[in-house]
Amino acid sequence: MKLTKTFDKALWVFHVNSGSCNGCDIEIVAALTPRYDVERFGIKLVGSPRHADVLLFTGPVTRKMKERVLRVIDQTPEPKVVMVVGNCGSTTGVFYDSYAIDGPIDTLLPPGTHIVYVTGCPVRPENLINGVKEAWLYLEKLRGDDK
Amino acid sequence: MSDKNTYQVPIGPIHPAFKEPFMVNFVLDGETIVDAEAHPGMNHRGVEFMGMHRNPLKVIPLAERICGICSIVHQHMFTTATEHAAGIEPTERARYIRTILAELERIHSHVLWAGVAAHEIGFDTHLHFTWKVRERVMDLLEYITGNRVNYAMWTIGGVNRDITKKMYPKIEDTLLYYESLYGKLEDIFLGDTSIRLRTRNVGILTEEDALRLCGVGPTVRASGVRKDVRIDQPYAAYGDLDLDYVIPSSFGYENTGDVFSKTLVRLKEIPQSIDLIRQCVDGMPDGDIDSEPRKAVLINKLKKADGEGIGRIEAPRGEAFHYVRLEGGMEEVANWKVRASTYNNLTTYRPMFMGEQIADIPIIAACIDPCIGCMDRAEVVDVRSGERKHFSHEELHRLSVEKTKMLLGGLP
Ligand code: SF4
Repeated sequence: MKLTKTFDKALWVFHVNSGSCNGCDIEIVAALTPRYDVERFGIKLVGSPRHADVLLFTGPVTRKMKERVLRVIDQTPEPKVVMVVGNCGSTTGVFYDSYAIDGPIDTLLPPGTHIVYVTGCPVRPENLINGVKEAWLYLEKLRGDDK
Repeated sequence: MSDKNTYQVPIGPIHPAFKEPFMVNFVLDGETIVDAEAHPGMNHRGVEFMGMHRNPLKVIPLAERICGICSIVHQHMFTTATEHAAGIEPTERARYIRTILAELERIHSHVLWAGVAAHEIGFDTHLHFTWKVRERVMDLLEYITGNRVNYAMWTIGGVNRDITKKMYPKIEDTLLYYESLYGKLEDIFLGDTSIRLRTRNVGILTEEDALRLCGVGPTVRASGVRKDVRIDQPYAAYGDLDLDYVIPSSFGYENTGDVFSKTLVRLKEIPQSIDLIRQCVDGMPDGDIDSEPRKAVLINKLKKADGEGIGRIEAPRGEAFHYVRLEGGMEEVANWKVRASTYNNLTTYRPMFMGEQIADIPIIAACIDPCIGCMDRAEVVDVRSGERKHFSHEELHRLSVEKTKMLLGGLP
């Protein structure tokens, strides 16, 4: 699919918490507020997955959330990028060996989904901005022209 | 409910009003809420189960990741409970350092809450303002501990890093900054007419309900209940410090128990924390920060220890509690139980939601400062029949009372 040039300069983001400790979620909000202010790059948090281009994903996927998380991912229109935020989202991190965890999320996603990993426990807001840059680079490639 | 005039609106678990997976089912009659039922368990990660398969030093990082906002609280409680079980005393200096950090966390948590509350009633400017202000205390925490969230400061018998004399000026700087700013915060949240309209007489929790439902922390102090573990059963360095219950009537307001009072209590706790940190810095004793710096020796000691212990802490959201049992010869923690403040406060939702409007849902939901990550570890599964059980509020209350009785009867 070819994208227009404006697309990747105004990324809309939906935040899904699949059972994280909140540390990363707080840092995501911190990244939106004045000190780091990602809104100046055109990144905006939206209230529905149907409006989103990027899914900000935190947490190790608890058993109860699994189905709901997959539904949200399904509801997000293509092309999309799934940004996995935090160590526990990427590998389940400190929450290993538990009966209640079905993640990490990358084992549940349909093949071909583009994933960007942002590491840290919790992530630093600077690293989060770097992750968004990675998402841009991917979406820019989809634009089709060389610019 | 089968009445045909009412309809049900489920909110959550993925919803912009909740930052965490949590679900409430509302029964509505027109615009008015006639019943509310909470469905916890979405965030259940099996933390206690994981903890019972690790040694106590490995549990500390897990305990702080029960919740990223109150990470200090959980590591504090877990270490206190383990120390109690193993008969290890934290050093005097460590007690003071722990208190300073706990109060810094209270400042960050309350400022954060104020921002979230403003956001819920539509004042995003205030959200951005408070979160900008909050960065200063995050900077200080990072300066002292090395990380913005999840600090890894606690160890059994003390703390991992010292607060040196060199750090005092920076601490004082930050405290002065908050003092100079405090008037503005009060102006915004207590003086502003539109905020007052949204918070006065909304989400009322009467003193009677607060006591009956065993609520804790600012949620019930706003109703005039004098309850604060820091004073009732001092831990860390609080026994040496001078502090009093923060309730609205001490500041010339009525103890109404509405959202406004809850905001007031939280805001008034900020200068109290500033004062407590100053007292700690002034009275900081000399000595070691850690009673056993060699970790291998410590693990060995814990392996031999046999006994049970509790840790009770006044978290920013109210009293929270850990229970730990260690068995001699066993490296892992034999038993670990966590009871966080939101678990108690959740039961206060029902009287607060009743009769309010749909539009008030977000602010009332936010007014207990819910922390689902903390709360969602307990789900009762009957292993034999595989049946999952939901508790009604009455049942929860009965269990809570029973537990209190058990604890009072079982401990000195
Ligand atoms: S990565 Fe760490 S800080 Fe972030 S949500 Fe997971 S446990 Fe919490």
